[in-house]
Amino acid sequence: MKRVYAKEEVCAGCKLCEVHCIVAHSQYPNDVVKAFKKGVPPLSRVIVEENRPVSFALQCRHCDDAPCTKACITGAMHRDPKTGIVINDEERCVGCWTCILACPFGAVQRDETGKKAASKCDLCSNGDGVPACVANCPNDALIFEERE
Amino acid sequence: MDKVFPRIPSGCAISGIMNKKGQCIPGTDIIKSIALMHDRSNGLGGGFSAYGIYPEFKDHYALHVFYDCLNDRVTAEDFINEHFNVDTSELIHTRKVKSVTNPPLIWRYFVQPKKNRLSNSELTEDEYVVRCVMKINSSYKGAYIFSSGKNMGAFKGVGFPEDIGEFYRLEEYKGYIWTAHGRFPTNTPGWWGGAHPFTLLDWSIVHNGEISSYHANARFLEMFGYKCTLQTDTEAITYIFDYLMRKQGLPLELAIAVVAAPLWKEIDRMDADSRELFRALRTVYSSLLINGPFSIILGTANGMVALNDRLKLRSLVAATKGDFLYVASEESAIREICPDPENIWIPRGGEPVIGMLEGVNSIL
Amino acid sequence: MSLDYTTPEFLIERNRDRCIDCKVCVNQCANEAHEYDEEENKVVSDDVKCVNCHRCVALCPTRALTIRRYPLEYRQNAGWTAHDINSIYKQAASGGILLTGMGTDRNYPIFWDHLLLNASQVTNPSIDPLREPMELKTFLGRKPNTLKIENGRLTEKMPPQLELELPIMFGAMSFGSVSLNVQKSLARAAAESGTYFNTGEGGLHSDLYRYGGNAIVQVASGRFGVYSEYLNAGSAVEIKIGQGAKPGIGGHLPGEKVGREVSLTRMIPEGSDAISPAPHHDIYSIEDLGQLIFSLKEATNYEKPVSVKIAAVHNVAAIASGIVRAGADIVTIDGLRGGTGAAPLRTRDNVGIPIELALAAVDTRLREEGIRHRVSLVIAGSVRNSADIVKAVALGADAVYIASAALISLGCHMCQKCYTGKCNWGIATQNPNLVKRLNPDIGAQRVANLLRAWTLEIKELLGGMGINALESLRGNRLMLRGVGLSEKELQILGVKAAGE
Repeated sequence: MKRVYAKEEVCAGCKLCEVHCIVAHSQYPNDVVKAFKKGVPPLSRVIVEENRPVSFALQCRHCDDAPCTKACITGAMHRDPKTGIVINDEERCVGCWTCILACPFGAVQRDETGKKAASKCDLCSNGDGVPACVANCPNDALIFEERE
Repeated sequence: MDKVFPRIPSGCAISGIMNKKGQCIPGTDIIKSIALMHDRSNGLGGGFSAYGIYPEFKDHYALHVFYDCLNDRVTAEDFINEHFNVDTSELIHTRKVKSVTNPPLIWRYFVQPKKNRLSNSELTEDEYVVRCVMKINSSYKGAYIFSSGKNMGAFKGVGFPEDIGEFYRLEEYKGYIWTAHGRFPTNTPGWWGGAHPFTLLDWSIVHNGEISSYHANARFLEMFGYKCTLQTDTEAITYIFDYLMRKQGLPLELAIAVVAAPLWKEIDRMDADSRELFRALRTVYSSLLINGPFSIILGTANGMVALNDRLKLRSLVAATKGDFLYVASEESAIREICPDPENIWIPRGGEPVIGMLEGVNSIL
Repeated sequence: MSLDYTTPEFLIERNRDRCIDCKVCVNQCANEAHEYDEEENKVVSDDVKCVNCHRCVALCPTRALTIRRYPLEYRQNAGWTAHDINSIYKQAASGGILLTGMGTDRNYPIFWDHLLLNASQVTNPSIDPLREPMELKTFLGRKPNTLKIENGRLTEKMPPQLELELPIMFGAMSFGSVSLNVQKSLARAAAESGTYFNTGEGGLHSDLYRYGGNAIVQVASGRFGVYSEYLNAGSAVEIKIGQGAKPGIGGHLPGEKVGREVSLTRMIPEGSDAISPAPHHDIYSIEDLGQLIFSLKEATNYEKPVSVKIAAVHNVAAIASGIVRAGADIVTIDGLRGGTGAAPLRTRDNVGIPIELALAAVDTRLREEGIRHRVSLVIAGSVRNSADIVKAVALGADAVYIASAALISLGCHMCQKCYTGKCNWGIATQNPNLVKRLNPDIGAQRVANLLRAWTLEIKELLGGMGINALESLRGNRLMLRGVGLSEKELQILGVKAAGE
């Protein structure tokens, strides 16, 4: 499956990926200003890790044998059998945070802005293909592709 | 009258006849051929060159000179007498033609370089003559040498070519090569020296077209002593061939590979030796590529070459019958004098039509 | 501490209706003009730090930022401009030479803009480059006076030539003055486009040896990075005598830019200043230059053309003639408006002559001496677009170097702060945080795009003139006409006035 890969050597650390992740998962996916200014914006599901000059954007790796899905007590965290994308069904999530413990990358966060739920990258599966972080990276430091 | 005038873009008609056995024919045919293309000229320039016309003086340089007035002749003749032994000095016989007005004085000299002057100059005989011609043409007001070859001559002026032919009584001359030119300049030349053919020693060129590389060519030639005083394309083309063949010693086909160079992609497809040679030619003589539309007929004592630009942006037709080779801007101009040619064809761009006298192995 | 008279040059306008306080501007400004105020929970700006490089403007996701000239005006005075007054404040505070970057921003005449090109009408057909071949191939190097040919074969090999598919090369910008990612971008674009990049005086980084076939390696007065492998890695060697932005001045790469990679490439200790002397101390005269040219030819087995680059100074024509006679294969002339990574402001803005006049004078002089055909002539210094190139070729150049234009295609916004090492676009910097901002994959593509676009435009202009091979334009000054020029300028340029 296609995943997002970071090219650390050209990450400018601008964090536009975070901005656009927030926008894409907000009530106003086509309006950056409203996404931030109307109500509380959601958390970014991609996090730029920095230890200058090293920086790169980290998000869920959508592991083949994702530990979070095995750890989930309600079955909210699951792998979509068609796409292979690991998604958290927020309706079923009870906020027990077991997934956060299980994730080896630290790619799952608590999102307490609405209903308590685990927040993680869904590869913008509601979007039209290319995840928002990749589409808006100004330096092609994020790549969405199939790798062996 | 001012010898130097702005460059004149022009359209034109050209025609050429040669007999490869060297049999001489009168100027009647060439006049008929060029007259058929009357509409390609506008009466502002016409001319002819003829080879084999002065058998009695075949070892002399025949200088044809325009003078504005008697004084100019006296001044220039001082120079000529100083540098040459003059065997004959005469007015060129002309006849009055209604449409040819206000001709200059037209004089002819059969000369040979003065021996001591030539040896002191440490030049070859040809180069000596060229320098003398250039000197008169660039520095002597009112005097212009428009023909300087051996056993050949140019005849030109302001008028339609058929009228110029009549004016010079060309039916009285007999030559084995005849070339002709009818000119359609887009402003008034006002001066007889600006008409075609343009000649240097035995070279003569008649040319149809306006070359877009003119100043690149001319500025290169000026480095080697050529003075492009006329600012005509034809003058530059003449000098290019003189430089490549006489000074650089290139054979005709390689000189043609310079002026109508093969495309780089064609050169890349050649075998290794040719590729190296043609790359070098295009690199070293790049400033002598002739760009823009042209069809030319180059005459020498040994033959005649017709050539188109490499994109074939001007018309040119060739034909043969028996010992005769014909080339012209239009097929009809050939059929006018040779109604049933054995072969008739349209040469491709950059592909020369070469006619050589029997028994010679080089055009020079 | 006494009062600093510095006032802002630029005004940062932040549209609070659009700003989302995302801090992208904060993390992108190396000058720290933007700051996050935690107490107020909002992003604020300090105008005085802004250099107007547009990095924040370009990256702001809501287009909330505008930069304008700071509206503070001195009392009107035609003689004492703000530039003059502010320069004095700076020097009174620092006691130092004023530094700057890029080419001069003074209002000297740009002769390209006073030259117009010809086109064919009626008497001569224009050529459509989409339908007819259009050749731009150019060879740079020494040309023999005659070719020796026997039986259809060349019996004497041609001297070495650089083969260009288009008459545009990338001018000298050293690793040190620009980042490695810049050089990588240029090298890859040069390889893709069939042209050359110039190493500048900074050696050739080991990552770039594979692009040696597209490299011109420079030897300058500091000899940084010069050794036999370097000389032989390139396709040509260029001796840099001078630079258009700073004729008569050497170079100075401050120690803080000499990190490990620069140190290895330049062959100097890490952290040490790299100082190029003003003259080459083995060239005090023209005959010394001849010796260096032939030393380099010896070192490269006569397999590489040698170029000599000089700044366009008053008697440039005579100097160029001497360079040809000293044995150079290519003469490169860098004009008054040429760029730099760092130069004294007064030198940049006051020394040298415009490249158009220098080019015309040199080409004319070499022709008068009958030696123009032996060498190639390359010009540099503010070639801004394809029309400038066409005009340069018509004036007599074989090819041009572009440098500022190439950097602009990589994102340079001409803020002239190259010398600070804080280039926000990752170009004129060695700061690893900033260098990363230029992705050489994107860079190579953008520069190659620029070359492609200009190539198409050059072909259109050539076709319009009825020319289908670039060599027929070289020195073809009848294809140019001058507008708004004096008799003397027309005479030096060797062109007629429009309407003549």
